Amino acid sequence: MRQVLARAIGGLAVIGLIAGAAACNSDSGSDDTASGNCGYKLAYFGALTGSSANLGVNIEQGFELAINQFNEKKGSTCIEVAKFDSQGEPGVAPGVARNLVADKKILGIVGPPFSGESEAAVPIFEAAGIPSVTPSATRVSLTANGWKTFHRAVANDDAQGPGAANYIKDVMKADKVFVANDQSAYGAGLSEVVEKTLGAAVIGKDKTEADGKQTDFSALVQRVVSSKATVLFYGGYYQNAGLIRKALSTAGWKGVLVGGDGMKDPGLAKAAGNAAATGTIVTCPCSPPEKAGGTFVTDYKAKWNVDAGTYSDVAFDAANLMLQGIDAGNNTAEKLNTYLSTVEYKGIANTYKFTDKGELDPKFIKVWTFKFDATGNTIADQEVPTA
Amino acid sequence: MNFSGLIQDFGPLTITGLAQGAIIALFALGYTLVYGVLRLINFAHSEVFLIGSYACLIVWGFFGLDQNSATPSVLGVIGLLLLGLVAAIVLSGLTALSVELVAYRPLRKRNAPPLAFLITAIGASLFISETVGVMTQRNIRGVPPLIKPRDVFVIGNMHVTNLQILIIVLALVMMFLLDRFINRSRLGRGIRAVAQNPDSAALMGVNKSRVISLVFLLGGLMAGIAAVMYDLKIGVTRFDAGFLLGIEAFTAAVLGGIGNLRGALLGGLLLGVLQNYAASLFGTEWLHAASFVLLVLILLVRPTGLLGESLGRARA
Amino acid sequence: MTTEATGSTSAQQAAPDKKKWKSNGGARGWYSRQSPLVRGVLAVVFAGLAFLLPYVGEVPLIGPQIVTQGIDWPSALFNISYYVLLALGLNVVVGFAGLLDLGYVGFFAVGAYTTALLSSPDSVLKTEWGWLATVPIALAVAMLSGLILGWPTLRLRGDYLAIVTLGFAEIIRIVATSTETLRGDRGFSDIPHPPGEFADGKPIFGVADAVPYYWLGLGVIILVILGVRNLDRSRVGRSWLAIREDEEAAEIMGVRTIKYKLWAFAIGAFIGGLGGVMFAGQQGFMNSQTFVLQFSILVLAGVVMGGSGNIAGAILGGALISYIPDRLRGIQDPIWHTDLFGFRFAIFGAVIIAIMIFRPQGLIPSRRRAMELKDRAKEVAPIE
Repeated sequence: MRQVLARAIGGLAVIGLIAGAAACNSDSGSDDTASGNCGYKLAYFGALTGSSANLGVNIEQGFELAINQFNEKKGSTCIEVAKFDSQGEPGVAPGVARNLVADKKILGIVGPPFSGESEAAVPIFEAAGIPSVTPSATRVSLTANGWKTFHRAVANDDAQGPGAANYIKDVMKADKVFVANDQSAYGAGLSEVVEKTLGAAVIGKDKTEADGKQTDFSALVQRVVSSKATVLFYGGYYQNAGLIRKALSTAGWKGVLVGGDGMKDPGLAKAAGNAAATGTIVTCPCSPPEKAGGTFVTDYKAKWNVDAGTYSDVAFDAANLMLQGIDAGNNTAEKLNTYLSTVEYKGIANTYKFTDKGELDPKFIKVWTFKFDATGNTIADQEVPTA
Repeated sequence: MNFSGLIQDFGPLTITGLAQGAIIALFALGYTLVYGVLRLINFAHSEVFLIGSYACLIVWGFFGLDQNSATPSVLGVIGLLLLGLVAAIVLSGLTALSVELVAYRPLRKRNAPPLAFLITAIGASLFISETVGVMTQRNIRGVPPLIKPRDVFVIGNMHVTNLQILIIVLALVMMFLLDRFINRSRLGRGIRAVAQNPDSAALMGVNKSRVISLVFLLGGLMAGIAAVMYDLKIGVTRFDAGFLLGIEAFTAAVLGGIGNLRGALLGGLLLGVLQNYAASLFGTEWLHAASFVLLVLILLVRPTGLLGESLGRARA
Repeated sequence: MTTEATGSTSAQQAAPDKKKWKSNGGARGWYSRQSPLVRGVLAVVFAGLAFLLPYVGEVPLIGPQIVTQGIDWPSALFNISYYVLLALGLNVVVGFAGLLDLGYVGFFAVGAYTTALLSSPDSVLKTEWGWLATVPIALAVAMLSGLILGWPTLRLRGDYLAIVTLGFAEIIRIVATSTETLRGDRGFSDIPHPPGEFADGKPIFGVADAVPYYWLGLGVIILVILGVRNLDRSRVGRSWLAIREDEEAAEIMGVRTIKYKLWAFAIGAFIGGLGGVMFAGQQGFMNSQTFVLQFSILVLAGVVMGGSGNIAGAILGGALISYIPDRLRGIQDPIWHTDLFGFRFAIFGAVIIAIMIFRPQGLIPSRRRAMELKDRAKEVAPIE
């Protein structure tokens, strides 16, 4: 009996000693000191795997292209690429974000691409003082949190919504519009703004389940058909939109499907079939990739073997913006953040200047509409006013 | 609550609901068969469906067809349809059988408690669907438009298309055939015997393991047909297509009376139609909530489902 | 010759010793035979070790193998802690009382949402309490929801109960997604963290460091273990055992099955709500995407894999289902060059099947179950 007790206490003591020694050594990570303006890292934080991977990968590749080009010009690996995969999920984001802030060499972040994970992760970045520039998270409430390190390089839903509504009203001249959304933060937010702007033209409303959670839309389709609407505005992502578009065509509906940048993906044509998808209009607070300056389009294709995706060019610009900042001597997160808050930068997709809340300066906001053509790709249609 | 919409669209909602419900019913037959014989909720059945839905797509892919192809000629459609059905049935049946052999039979040999079977089923379901997900990178896969929907007849604003008729008729025919098989054939008698009392059946000379394998095969067969119909109707499939529909099918099976074949048919059709009505009345976002509320209400009143459990009885 | 004899006798002695160890209940038997003082010290040792887990990365050689890479280790530990909590709660419902619950995430959601509604500036209630103040209300609401789930299902037999509980969890999720009050996918942000400050004014429960959350979770787990253990050894636990074994017989023998079944749901819901409250306090933001059906199924698989019906099994199962996927994060696989995290559920599925086939009673079987299985193995009519 006493033997067992003694062993137990002894074991506890030994383990306590080891653990204590370990705890005391917890900051033993030794990094090479960065010299001058090199030896730092820029991070991409967002979805790289999982069902939302496409958009995240597009952005990460634009980001990495910029850094690679910068390093080539410098002749050495001046700035390193750090990638953090959050799967696009707000539940996973905090743990991965804490990993990110533990690396003291990271001066800036491009991302997060999605609004939900931004809500969860940016408080952690903010607490660590690391500036982030998102090329695609468009939820309006993100800049209402009082964050000082968050910057948005695109227009938010308050601009995209009116853009879509104006297009429906003025260009399509539709007076019978059915509005639906997938109840996601992005989709609901967007469709609410569209609804408000269209006013009396909205003759029906409905909501669906989130992207990927529903496959049978017969009730929605039936309501749209019987309402005799000529336009359906759907706030949501490309998969649901594609399925709805296909079901509408099967039911013989002759109207046009309109949506936001969440639907701007070849996946919509994949779900609906190219024939049914033709003519679908999507808005995007981004300009057409062909309009991107310089050799970006060819460089991207050369490096990644695929065409640049949505927001790849904005991510490219965001990365270059930060690289320019670091190169100008802002080699701490705090200095870089100050730089971001004051600079006006002319990139290949747009000119960037941030308001004190982190939003893009209104005079640089542009919203374009794109149309799906018979091959399932989106081609630029026209720029729309956002007021 | 959108009453006027419901009344106005009653016809179209009913017919589309019946078509969807027919698919659910075929899918539910698998759950109900296995439960009737083994008292086991076969969670892996949704993956049996999934494999079927990919099987026909792969076969059609060999002919170079995808969602953007043109509709072939009538003869071509019939041929491709048969080919797709055969592929789906075979692969679904094989999947069901392998789940039984790999996951359930070893447990039965060890006389494991019922909860262990359920968990193993979950494990099998996870394994299969996630493997498919990784292999397809969780992307959707489009279905060739083999059957171009054409109105066959129109009553008021209710358009009945050729595809819908095909689905409903196919489901009814398969149901009828299965019913006759269970009730009239020798093997069917064996199934009923094992469902009623496994040990007595074994004592009477029924080969239990053969019957069990047969039951899984039959369920897989039904699921394969449901999968092809689902593909044609919805137009895409994904690695978790089985899971989503599986919950609905399981609900339908319980609704009708789990273990009861006609209950599965009734439950499936009822669920499809009522979901549509609820979606029109309350909004599409409440579609699934409506089916669960319905289930709870019915179980409160009739704890064994609408038609009761009865695979073991002579009149299934 | 003499050496041979002694050699064989010592070998003979070794074998029966091992058998004696096993038949006396192995490690757990040994543990229960020690005096309360020794048991107490050992329990404190284990608890102490658990508190020191955030520093396990420093242990040479094996430390870096254990620590997660793609995700911050203290965050992974916190995840483990609330999964273990959920497993303990589900173990009460499924393991002790034998009620098959496929919708456990519903209680987790109720706890988390109540906290969010009462404390987030986004909520319609505009009460904006601190985290600690919301805890008792959230737990009470969770218990209530357990009763609401339990009451209509009293008459239902095992498998029907499963589908109804599944339906309830889905209804909760759909209501959370589709009603304005619960804000669906937009969710609640700025949920306050647990209170407390260091001497220099910085909050203990901040955003950047997950260790305090883990310690809080661990403390809660210890309290829950003590509570559940006491329940298990009381009349309530014995009633649950009777209900689990044979409900009709229990009813005939005078066990108030209705009361104790409701108790089981209420306590399970309490613990689930506790997990939800802690989750909300750590995360600071939550939306309806978190509470999906797969979550419930995962926790159930964890409980049964670990060994349902006993606390140690539930802890192990809960820890495994959280640890294994997190451990696989951030590792590139050599074939497809994707994050191994993508394979986590496929690997999981295979692991579940393997464990169930080779150890259907679970990794740490409850002794009663193990005895049950031994009896069933000796049953007269063979199954195949």
